[in-house]
Amino acid sequence: MEKAIKILTQNFGLEDSHTLEAYTKTGGYQAVRKVLGKIAPEGVIEEVKRSNLRGLGGAGFPTGMKWSFISKPSKKPVYLLINGDEGEPGTFKDRTIMTRDPHRLIEGVLLASYALGAHTAYIYVRGEFTFCMEALGKAIAEAKEAGYLGKNILKSGFDLDVYIHPGAGAYICGEETALIESLEGKPGRPRNKPPFPAVVGAFGCPTIVNNVETIAHVPQILLNGAEWFAKIGSDRNGGTRLFSVSGHVKKPGVYELPMGTPLREILYEHAGGIIGDSPLKGVIPGGSSAPILRPEEVDVGMDFDQLAKIGSMGGSGGIIAMAEGTCMVWALHNLARFYAHESCGQCSPCREGTGWAEKVLRRIEGGHGTASDIELLEKIAKGMMTRTICPLADACALPILSYLKKYRDEFEAHVREKRCPVRPKRAA
Amino acid sequence: MSPEVLAFSEEAQAELESILQAYPTKQACLLPVLHLVHREFGYISDPIAEAVAGLLEIPFAVAVEVLTFYTLFARRPQAKYVIQVCRGLSCALLGQEELLAYLKNRLKIKEGEMTPDGLFELKTVECLGGCGESPIVRINETYYELQTIDRLESTLKELSKGPKKGA
Repeated sequence: MEKAIKILTQNFGLEDSHTLEAYTKTGGYQAVRKVLGKIAPEGVIEEVKRSNLRGLGGAGFPTGMKWSFISKPSKKPVYLLINGDEGEPGTFKDRTIMTRDPHRLIEGVLLASYALGAHTAYIYVRGEFTFCMEALGKAIAEAKEAGYLGKNILKSGFDLDVYIHPGAGAYICGEETALIESLEGKPGRPRNKPPFPAVVGAFGCPTIVNNVETIAHVPQILLNGAEWFAKIGSDRNGGTRLFSVSGHVKKPGVYELPMGTPLREILYEHAGGIIGDSPLKGVIPGGSSAPILRPEEVDVGMDFDQLAKIGSMGGSGGIIAMAEGTCMVWALHNLARFYAHESCGQCSPCREGTGWAEKVLRRIEGGHGTASDIELLEKIAKGMMTRTICPLADACALPILSYLKKYRDEFEAHVREKRCPVRPKRAA
Repeated sequence: MSPEVLAFSEEAQAELESILQAYPTKQACLLPVLHLVHREFGYISDPIAEAVAGLLEIPFAVAVEVLTFYTLFARRPQAKYVIQVCRGLSCALLGQEELLAYLKNRLKIKEGEMTPDGLFELKTVECLGGCGESPIVRINETYYELQTIDRLESTLKELSKGPKKGA
């Protein structure tokens, strides 16, 4: 029974799911009526804490706990920033909420802002997602018109303005302090922590940054209660999440499933199995930054803690399946090139390490590598980790180390045979 | 250079006003204003960047630093259609390399180049966030999903029909 539970995608089947009318007809904005001015902000935070809602952008940090870091009363304005800068390779889920059920996000923003004492919220949308900005813009206007945004919302005395902030094509801005810098009109270079954004965030003020999917969960949590939500998921991982499934599967797409759903079930039942019924060679379970899993590891339950236990991570929920016949050196080179391109450049280990790793991988893949290149790659990866301001360097290094560990023979075969033994006839 | 360079349409002027009231600092308006001028002029040259800096009361160097940090702003006039081939892993797994090879051959240009008639420009970009419908090609602001050489060819034919310049 529980497997059929849909929270975020319950309205996706409706033709007009993006409209205020469709949302209110299906219980939308009822949580706001229940909560605003009736339950104290601290009560809202407690409820979200007990729900075991985790940050679904990638870090998996408990949302209620994050909210409790805002000290009250705050002398300065408090800002809520919504991270819709979806860019982790293999991830395409926040865009579905923004286009198909934007009011669920807006109601979540309203409830979160009320809990935090924020009167201004910005939804930071990836620059390429103009269609998301359009849908959100219309929804914000509708919500304002209906009295769900603006001054004295539902006569509760609570005011909130919500604005859309466009990104401009930099993956790093999905990192919360880079996102803040970008909001302030600067290059998206992550900040050192502490101070944490809850203390010094946007414009020097206390700030909370939450992912789109995380916040879209909040209305139903407050409507149905923390216990209901916590029970749907697995231990300490409440509710459902949107798994983006891509690569060599028969039915790629976004699947809303309870936290802890086995990866095998996602791949073989929901996504229909591997194209051509080929054997699986490897699978990335949580966006490109997540260490790769071998076929014998796919019985893992897909939540933050179970994936961490086997040395990978839940990340953004982006699952990329790779069938037998995929060159793992080529796949890793693709990822290293991405990180080299997206490094903001302020920390040398990341700026130099990602670029160096990309070059070495290109060499090995092209059949020009030497035996020492494999060790060199390992050394580069280890030299990048934990030495930088933000986790981008680790996001490149961890996959490198996992591919080297789990598919080492393939790297060695490239060096030995001086060519790619897996896909000898590459396109130019 | 004074802000007079920025001769806005009425619509853009209204958008500018709403941007200015959305943020507590003028510099925070920079990205939305850069998007606005990019849409208005098609690219952002130094004089335009200087005018934006003047408008937002920030140093020219800051405007240029931001402008060049992000990838979505062009610094010179663009082709009428900028073809962006996604080279993210999910697209690469499903035939992106073949699509790119086809486009290079078909348009007789390399990545980063423009056809002599100014109609097409070819770029590769990092993951476009559409991996469920890989491979993806984005042309200007439109996503073309589940691309094959045949589909791409019919899109190119369709786009070639219109007027060559000044869309």
